[in-house]
Amino acid sequence: MNWLNVCSVSDLQNDSGICALVNGEQVAIFYVKNTVYAVSNFDPFGNANVLSRGVVGDLKGQIVVASPLYKQHFNLATGVCLEDENVILPVYASRIENDTVQIGVTL
Amino acid sequence: MKTKPTLVVIGNGMVGQYFLSQLAESSLKETYQIVTFCEEIRPAYDRVHLSQFFAGKTADDLSLVPEGFFEQNGIRIHLNDKVISVNRANKTVSSEKGITISYDKVVFATGSYAFVPPIIGNNRPSCLVYRTIEDLEQMVAAAKTGKIGTVVGGGLLGLEAAKAVKDLGLETHVVQFAPRLMEMQMDDAGGAMLRHKIENLGIRVHTSKNTREIVAGETCVNKICFVDGEELETDLILFSAGIRPRDELARNSGLAMGARGGIEINNQCKTSDPDIYAIGECALWNGMIYGLVAPGYAMARAVISDLAGEEAHFTGADMSTKLKLMGVDVASIGDAHAKSKGAIVYTYQNGAAEIYKRLVVSSDKKKLLGAVLVGDASGYGTLLQYYLNAIELPENPDSLILPHRSDESVGLGVDALPKSAQICSCFNVTKGDICEAIEAGCKTVDDLKLSTKAATGCGGCGALLKSVLNSELTKQGYEVNTDLCEHFVFTRQELFDLIRVEEIKTFTDLIEKHGKGLGCDVCKPTVGNMLASQWNEFILENAHVGLQDTNDTFLANMQKDGTYSVVPRITGGEINPDMLIALGQVGKKYNLYTKITGGQRVDLFGARVDELPHIWKALIDAGFESGHAYGKSLRTVKSCVGSTWCRFGVDDSVGLAIELENRYKGLRSPHKIKFAVSGCTRECAEAQSKDVGIIATENGWNLYVCGNGGMKPRHGDLFATGLDKETLIKYIDRFLSFYVRTAERLQRTSVWMENMEGGLDYLKSVVIDDKLALCDQLETQMQYVIDTYQCEWKTTIEDESKLKRFRHFINSDQHDENVIFVEERGQIRPANDIERKHFRLTEVA
Ligand code: SRM
Ligand SMILES: Cc1cc2nc3c(=O)[nH]c(=O)nc-3n(C[C@H](O)[C@H](O)[C@H](O)COP(=O)(O)OP(=O)(O)OC[C@H]3O[C@@H](n4cnc5c(N)ncnc54)[C@H](O)[C@@H]3O)c2cc1C
Ligand code: SF4
Ligand code: FES
Repeated sequence: MNWLNVCSVSDLQNDSGICALVNGEQVAIFYVKNTVYAVSNFDPFGNANVLSRGVVGDLKGQIVVASPLYKQHFNLATGVCLEDENVILPVYASRIENDTVQIGVTL
Repeated sequence: MKTKPTLVVIGNGMVGQYFLSQLAESSLKETYQIVTFCEEIRPAYDRVHLSQFFAGKTADDLSLVPEGFFEQNGIRIHLNDKVISVNRANKTVSSEKGITISYDKVVFATGSYAFVPPIIGNNRPSCLVYRTIEDLEQMVAAAKTGKIGTVVGGGLLGLEAAKAVKDLGLETHVVQFAPRLMEMQMDDAGGAMLRHKIENLGIRVHTSKNTREIVAGETCVNKICFVDGEELETDLILFSAGIRPRDELARNSGLAMGARGGIEINNQCKTSDPDIYAIGECALWNGMIYGLVAPGYAMARAVISDLAGEEAHFTGADMSTKLKLMGVDVASIGDAHAKSKGAIVYTYQNGAAEIYKRLVVSSDKKKLLGAVLVGDASGYGTLLQYYLNAIELPENPDSLILPHRSDESVGLGVDALPKSAQICSCFNVTKGDICEAIEAGCKTVDDLKLSTKAATGCGGCGALLKSVLNSELTKQGYEVNTDLCEHFVFTRQELFDLIRVEEIKTFTDLIEKHGKGLGCDVCKPTVGNMLASQWNEFILENAHVGLQDTNDTFLANMQKDGTYSVVPRITGGEINPDMLIALGQVGKKYNLYTKITGGQRVDLFGARVDELPHIWKALIDAGFESGHAYGKSLRTVKSCVGSTWCRFGVDDSVGLAIELENRYKGLRSPHKIKFAVSGCTRECAEAQSKDVGIIATENGWNLYVCGNGGMKPRHGDLFATGLDKETLIKYIDRFLSFYVRTAERLQRTSVWMENMEGGLDYLKSVVIDDKLALCDQLETQMQYVIDTYQCEWKTTIEDESKLKRFRHFINSDQHDENVIFVEERGQIRPANDIERKHFRLTEVA
């Protein structure tokens, strides 16, 4: 796995998301309680690249994002949709190294 | 040729003008040639609201005469000309300017003058009275150079005058001869409570003070010397020691007078001369001078009837009054002093809340004879009904003045009620019916309303219905859960109170103190919204930005493909050609789909997130501001063209719509709020389908509330009629603040009101009668929000750090390739799935 530098920690917004272009893919990156999470930005229900703009929080102990279009919730660690567990978002490895946000890609 | 008989009205004050307006509406207008003399330089104006002159009202605002009134009704008015004699032998009246006319009938409406006690020095500089607009102008002039003002007289009018003096920025004193304030209306305890409250407002009250003389002051213009040897330095002195009828003219013409003045009249309001009437404050009926307008108006109507040959009667008037003196509720009904024989008195005094109430009841405890209310006059309406209609009192009359604690009334012990007990009397629904409906699956009050109709009439049974529901659900093992979400075991209203009372300014603070976990897409936007309603900080501040629903975060509405719409505010739907052109230019430059919305404005669709700040910069430069189409906040105030152009319009609906939209724009609320203003009852603005609807009538604005379109349309309820603009705005301020404070999340005003125990009547009692003594707070809160308004888009584009978020990729300037437009009817629209596939293929190829 290769770690690609995406942006700096100061580009992140606490308890909120941003979107990055990583290897031609749209990745939604969330910053919750000093941890970064990364899932696909594509909302499989609304068919639009919008998940980074959803509200984040926790439901029954899982850290989730709510789609801004139709409000389905996705577990940020596993990508599983709480309303329909057959729908699973691609999840990306992510970490912070020296104030730089990195996404792991397998080449 | 026989000309029409001549009717002369002497005095064009409040009652004189009312008489003329009634005359103009009757057929008598054709019968008589009508002439009126007006001593003042301007025709009749609203003396009752004189003090609003200090709140910025102009003489024009206070005018009681519609434009063109005299011309249109063929009435001749001699302004600034006083009648100096009435010659009853020749049947002529003569004026100061030398006009003499023959009359057939005369109506005296000369009013009264402010009584100035015969104290030495009462004509010194800055010694004034409070009766005319000119008096007020003199007060303003005197206040410019003075520091201290004193009102001599602590009655109703004196206290109102004191408020005016205070508003002028002077240190204010009230000097009262009697041992208590408002001695006519108050008993000792009520007067003492009132005094306390008024002193708390920073006004010095001196009771039992007899003024000996007024001399030149040492540090001020004047000095008042009291009989007891004390002295008071003051610049302005305002006499408000009662009124005296202006009867000199009638006296000189030999009409019968009361021993202490006043033109004597009978039940037809005729004086001792059958061709001469007297009405208003100059008239003495049954030994009484009425210093209020309503009795004067009743007299005027009696004269109209008499002239028309109908049976006329003025048989006295009720002097009960309720008013707000400097924010203090005061009311007095009937025999406040318990002078009636055998009267029984009940009093309730609450020192902490500064409330005093007193009931005077007949010896058999069946009838209400009088009442005094200080600090909380919410019961006035009910008590007045008891008094005026001689309704039999409840078994324990004091229940009418004792406070109702909400826990008592709700915990009525519904379990103890038999199945046959009637819960809703409007629709005869028993407890048994309700239990059946619950067993059949009803889980909410709304369900029950639909299936049993209970609580859909007067709404009075709402609370009871809810307790039955809760108790039954609990018995069936259901948990009645009103928590906002898993993070907060509170309702929205409870959270709002916590935020307000504990002055909580951030979500983090709130969840640490009162919640658990991280929050979610339910509680975060709700709290973000409440914080904005209460503190009105910029919603994209770092502490708040993560709370906002997506639309708020980007200050635009997200569309199905992830692009946004842009809706600038177009207040009242009014827009000039240049602004329209500017909108067109922006639409063209950014290739946006443009549409006229149902809310009388223009929506521009298809903006990419990175384009939003550029588009808004262009719009703001052109003079637009955010339309808050994205927020739970005021959307539009729709208007019809109104009196400016429309041949039917009776008032300026566009002007009012714009004013209201500017007033409430940006206010965050539990759900969106829509207004409309129509210029007449044809209702082209569809005001009755809005949360707040206003319709102009000949008598003022009619206010409707709690209507909406949407999924479950509902017509608004008539809330108040014939309002002047100031009262209208006051009611709306209170209504909205109360809604913001107490509604549940995403509850439109309609549902909010329908779920309210007591419904519309309760809402009225809170907003109009200030039953919860909350109105000051509600108004203050609204004023705060108004004062802290900012255009969120302007703030955003001026702040580099906020603009960082407006890009699709944090690490690239590319656009979202999934946003694909095709053309339809000459404009863009999002491509559908088939078109997208096709587009991708051609792109790759
Ligand atoms: C643009 C417009 C339709 C149009 O092309 O005319 C519109 C468009 C939307 N309406 Fe509407 N409504 C529009 C007038 C109305 C009206 C008519 C009116 O205001 O006179 C109504 C019925 C009146 C009412 O609200 O009482 C209306 C009742 C709704 C409702 C149902 C509300 C309800 O209480 O049942 C929703 C859903 C909601 O808010 O939860 C809604 C929601 C929406 C949303 C926000 C849906 C969404 O979440 O994407 C639409 C987004 C608009 C956008 O992206 O800009 N819209 N909507 C109108 C914008 C008016 C404006 O200038 O602001
Ligand atoms: C500050 C203030 C607050 C008040 N608040 C209230 C209230 O809250 N509720 C309430 O019910 N009442 C209130 N009143 C009382 C109310 O204003 C009067 O009851 C009402 O104005 C009486 O009307 P009127 O026409 O009899 O007298 P006025 O309104 O005084 O009109 C008489 C007019 O006749 C003119 N006139 C007199 N003699 C002649 C003449 N010879 N020739 C030509 N013109 C003449 C006078 O100049 C005057 O313009 C208040 C009064 C004041 C001053
Ligand atoms: S509501 Fe009345 S005033 Fe307004 S446009 Fe219609 S007809 Fe004219
Ligand atoms: S008593 Fe139930 S609605 Fe009136």
